[in-house]
Amino acid sequence: MSDFARAASPVAARRRTTGRGWTAAAWGALGILAVAVIWELYKFLGPADGVTIGATPGETGSGVMILPRTHDRAMPHIWTMVARLFEPTSGGATPPLVVTVAQAAVVTLGMAAVGWLIGVAVGMLLGLVMQRWKLLEWGLLPWIVVSQIVPLIAFAPVVNAIGNQIDRSGTPWPQWLSVAVIASYLAFFPVAIGVLRGLEAPDRIHVDLMRSYAAGYWATLFRLRLPASVPHLLPALRLAAANAVLGAVVAEVSIGMRGGIGRMLIQLAGQASSDPAAPWGPMFGSIVLGLIAAGSVALIGFGLKNYRRGEATA
Amino acid sequence: MTTATTTPASTLAVQATGVGKVFPTKAGDVTALTGVELEVRAGEFVSLIGPSGCGKSTLLRLIADLDEATTGELTIFGKPARRARIDQDYGIAFQQAGLLPWRTVAANIGLPLELHKVPKAQREARVAELAELVGLTEFIDRYPDQLSGGMQQRVAIARALAASPKLLLMDEPFGALDEMTREYLQGELTRIAAETGAAVVFVTHSIPEAVFLSDRVVVMSPRPGRITDVVETGLGSVRDESLRENPAYFEKVTAVREALHGAKVERANER
Repeated sequence: MSDFARAASPVAARRRTTGRGWTAAAWGALGILAVAVIWELYKFLGPADGVTIGATPGETGSGVMILPRTHDRAMPHIWTMVARLFEPTSGGATPPLVVTVAQAAVVTLGMAAVGWLIGVAVGMLLGLVMQRWKLLEWGLLPWIVVSQIVPLIAFAPVVNAIGNQIDRSGTPWPQWLSVAVIASYLAFFPVAIGVLRGLEAPDRIHVDLMRSYAAGYWATLFRLRLPASVPHLLPALRLAAANAVLGAVVAEVSIGMRGGIGRMLIQLAGQASSDPAAPWGPMFGSIVLGLIAAGSVALIGFGLKNYRRGEATA
Repeated sequence: MTTATTTPASTLAVQATGVGKVFPTKAGDVTALTGVELEVRAGEFVSLIGPSGCGKSTLLRLIADLDEATTGELTIFGKPARRARIDQDYGIAFQQAGLLPWRTVAANIGLPLELHKVPKAQREARVAELAELVGLTEFIDRYPDQLSGGMQQRVAIARALAASPKLLLMDEPFGALDEMTREYLQGELTRIAAETGAAVVFVTHSIPEAVFLSDRVVVMSPRPGRITDVVETGLGSVRDESLRENPAYFEKVTAVREALHGAKVERANER
């Protein structure tokens, strides 16, 4: 009977999924390799001073540069960047660059994680109240969207100033908390939207069913709406994680906090004319940070994988 | 509160007097149902049949208190529809199985019990019993996406029966299934209805299905939605495959068909 044939198929489906996992990893590696090859190929083929259109002879900086410079100061070799990671951070007996980058990355990751948690909490709360009361959705949603238009650079010093004021008035407010709050400002947005859409995801029939069981708001929320929102929630959490890292890096720079990877990036970029490969260290560091952040969320997704099943149509 | 005193009204599973439903729309009010008089006795199997737009699903939703009647009075076992819903006096199944995809078969069947705080041991026993009743004992730990459409629909029926309701409301539950599965489940449903002694209100647009299953077939007609005829099938309590070849069955199929056509329905532009 076809019932049994259908019931047996998930095993095959799981095998296909694992196969796809390896293929995905291979494609990912190929992508990284392709970027490296293109970088080196352009560096090899492109003119050392780039291509500039409409430059006035003798006047530096005039005209429009359409192809970047390829000399070693502008574009270090990939292997130079990698080798630089294992050389002392700032000469002498200082630890290798990779260690300093890792330490700074941990500091930033900690702040981003706190920012992510605050952002997820606030975003979920906003999503919940907007789903519960339509009026609040109409009132809040435009402001939530507008909030993301305010540039972080303008907003960060304000948070920092408020933080300092609180700190001075007696309640301790460390600088990293300001960074976390700024990071949460970017993180809450996708969560609020994702939760709102997710909570409204259940089919009419499921809502009717819960009504027929005389289930109240909370029972419907926990048994139906929250589980049904998981497929919408997971991408939102991943976006929030990436945003939190980005927010933390930018916040560090704009409020001048030491110790994190953002500050380190700016510092090393300032010395790039004498040490062009050095800023690539924190740059790789922040890429790894983003991957760790997104990967942690993927782990959450793995734990919730039962909630990502779709009901097969009859 | 009157408890278990068998007044004549409470022996009726459903009693509708002058029930009407009007949906307000931008283009003006649409009368979905008007003047519905219907009585369903306890343990009786009644089908509602008619073309799309005749209000048969609307009537079912009113009985289930998923929508509220605009006019008239609707009582379920002698209580208002709202009270009956809160007391879990009915179980309901729709055209889509509507299983929660993140729950196993067992957890889906047990959902209504879980919501009403039935203790775990009792719940498990009841779920096992229901799985047996719909023939899904081996599949109790599967997830809905691992089941065929017919099996999903059987889970939905088991779930509707979970709280042992004395009334089962079904809105074209077999409408999306292939003919073979459909006939098989029709047989199963008559057996289950007989075993549980529940009254059934069954919405369908298939004449043979209505006749095969029902004690009475209520024929409805659109614009405005209303009951135009009621056909007693009188086919007895045993409904097996041999009934499908029985002349008495064909006679009733013809009777229902004539009742539908007599209602002057513009069939070509329905559906």
